[in-house]
Amino acid sequence: MRTLIDVKKNPRLAWAGLAIIVAALLVLPFALAYAGTFWVRITNLAILYCFLALGLNIVVGFAGLLDLGYIAFYAVGAYMYALLASPHFNLHLPFWIILPLGAGLACFFGVLLGAPTLKLRGDYLAIVTLGFGEIIRIFLNNLSQPVNITNGPQGITLIDPFKIGSFSFKQPEIILGLDFSGPVKYYYFFLVALVVAMIINMRLQDSRIGRAWEAIREDEIAARAMGINTRNIKLLAFAMGASFGGFAGGMFSATQGFISPESFVLVESVMVLSMVVLGGMGNIWGVVLGAILLSFVPEILRFTVEPVQRALFGRMLLEPEVIRMLLFGLALVAMMLFRPAGILPSALRKRELEGGKA
Amino acid sequence: MTQLALLAATDISKRFGGVQALADVGFTINHGEIYGLIGPNGAGKTSLFNVLTGIYTPDGGEFVFDGEPLSNLKPNDVAARGIARTFQNIRLFANLSALENVMIGRHVRTHAGVWGAISRNAGARAEEAAIHRRAYELLEYVGVAKRANTLAKHLAYGDQRRLEIARALATEPKLLALDEPAAGMNATETASLKSLLAEIRRDGTTILLIEHDMKLVMTVCDRVLVLDYGKKIAEGTASVVQNDPKVIAAYLGGEVSLNLKGAA
Repeated sequence: MRTLIDVKKNPRLAWAGLAIIVAALLVLPFALAYAGTFWVRITNLAILYCFLALGLNIVVGFAGLLDLGYIAFYAVGAYMYALLASPHFNLHLPFWIILPLGAGLACFFGVLLGAPTLKLRGDYLAIVTLGFGEIIRIFLNNLSQPVNITNGPQGITLIDPFKIGSFSFKQPEIILGLDFSGPVKYYYFFLVALVVAMIINMRLQDSRIGRAWEAIREDEIAARAMGINTRNIKLLAFAMGASFGGFAGGMFSATQGFISPESFVLVESVMVLSMVVLGGMGNIWGVVLGAILLSFVPEILRFTVEPVQRALFGRMLLEPEVIRMLLFGLALVAMMLFRPAGILPSALRKRELEGGKA
Repeated sequence: MTQLALLAATDISKRFGGVQALADVGFTINHGEIYGLIGPNGAGKTSLFNVLTGIYTPDGGEFVFDGEPLSNLKPNDVAARGIARTFQNIRLFANLSALENVMIGRHVRTHAGVWGAISRNAGARAEEAAIHRRAYELLEYVGVAKRANTLAKHLAYGDQRRLEIARALATEPKLLALDEPAAGMNATETASLKSLLAEIRRDGTTILLIEHDMKLVMTVCDRVLVLDYGKKIAEGTASVVQNDPKVIAAYLGGEVSLNLKGAA
């Protein structure tokens, strides 16, 4: 990807390419709104998944720590937002305060998960993190008694949208003759946030900290012998990864207006992990691509499976949901066979799997 | 003598189940010395390394390094204090380039944190450039600079050994502990390793060397410690040690008088 947009080698082409991409991204929500606001919402969710995949990529892709409970941090951020900006506690704090708070709380939970699992790797770590994810969800489900904190399985409703003064992200309005619906407004906010998140990730990867993560991934004993404080560096990976999840959770809460523990089940963790693996572990562009693919394909299927079957067989044979899982499984198997390092493998993984030449 | 000693070990013991890997081993290493550590297989040489570098905690005894005790320090703290090591069975970061391997060695002497990484402020950028420069210098120093961008695992065996030394040197050690650096090397490679060791010593780093290549040990080491079954059986200059009947017995099975010179 770096060679595609290489400002140094071919500045004119690079800037032109960049301008086209930016323009396309700016126009995108209006084009999608033509097909239906629904598609803008899907795009927004896809961006949130990109966020999650980027965060998980720090833990799994960079530091090599398998985390199967990642969605818990998303839940923490989402509930943080919901509790501080809804009629539930009658608190209505502004979003620019809650989003960082949610990221901070998720970060704390990341350390909480990291601390007892420092000595675990691979399968064992996966089991503990899986348990952690479930514990958080079950807590959210049951914290309605004796004091009603999370409102249990009913979830929290009427969550405030983002608001800056009188400018609400929920309110459709006409600006410069363009119809800015709620989702379109969120789209721009999310897009900017995603770009910032990607830059942060890229810079982290190519830094002293990023190298320390890679060192741990490669050989923990050697990393320690080289003076890397593996405890702190691992906790940092968990904390950084979790805070991305927490931030995304807050954004999720605000766009949805309603959250419940249902949104944070194990399958979601698996989904995010699949995005990371499918896209290319350790490669930031790959991870984003994986997230976009896996969020859009099911939605496209939802709208095509039924008409196609009706046209072919005259009736519905397989539910879209069934086909989705079938294709999903096939895609993962095909990936492992043909592109084991992901669609866009990281330089590192690529070398690892190719073996041969450098 | 005390102010000369860089590392003083007293009564170091380590037991693994029924095996006494180290029994009351004591020695001192002086500043600027190349100190050899030899002994038959299973004598406890690598165990001593692991205890010294914090991978194992000793059951008894103490190391005093550079005037301060090294008790119960973690491996990363030991590295920060100034002891860097290599491993008998090379442990490079296999899927990273040679240059990246050495850059990771700079970790312990640099400071950029998360904020530095994200903001890329002037300080972090300067530090990053310095890390890069120093890592490249070290690759040149050990003679692997031409392969800076090759993955560690694709380097020739001898180059991997040298890269491990460069990575260890990147931590700016006062004591460089090498675990069989000449293992598997041919005569030419061993000769150039020998001159590299001499150069490292000349540049002010003390070396602790485990080695099976007796010719190398006897020519390059100032003093030698001989272990057998976890016990110290001899210590002294190369010529003293190699004529010690206990050493000869340990290596050759006793009551045979043979000159060790030339034996490998």
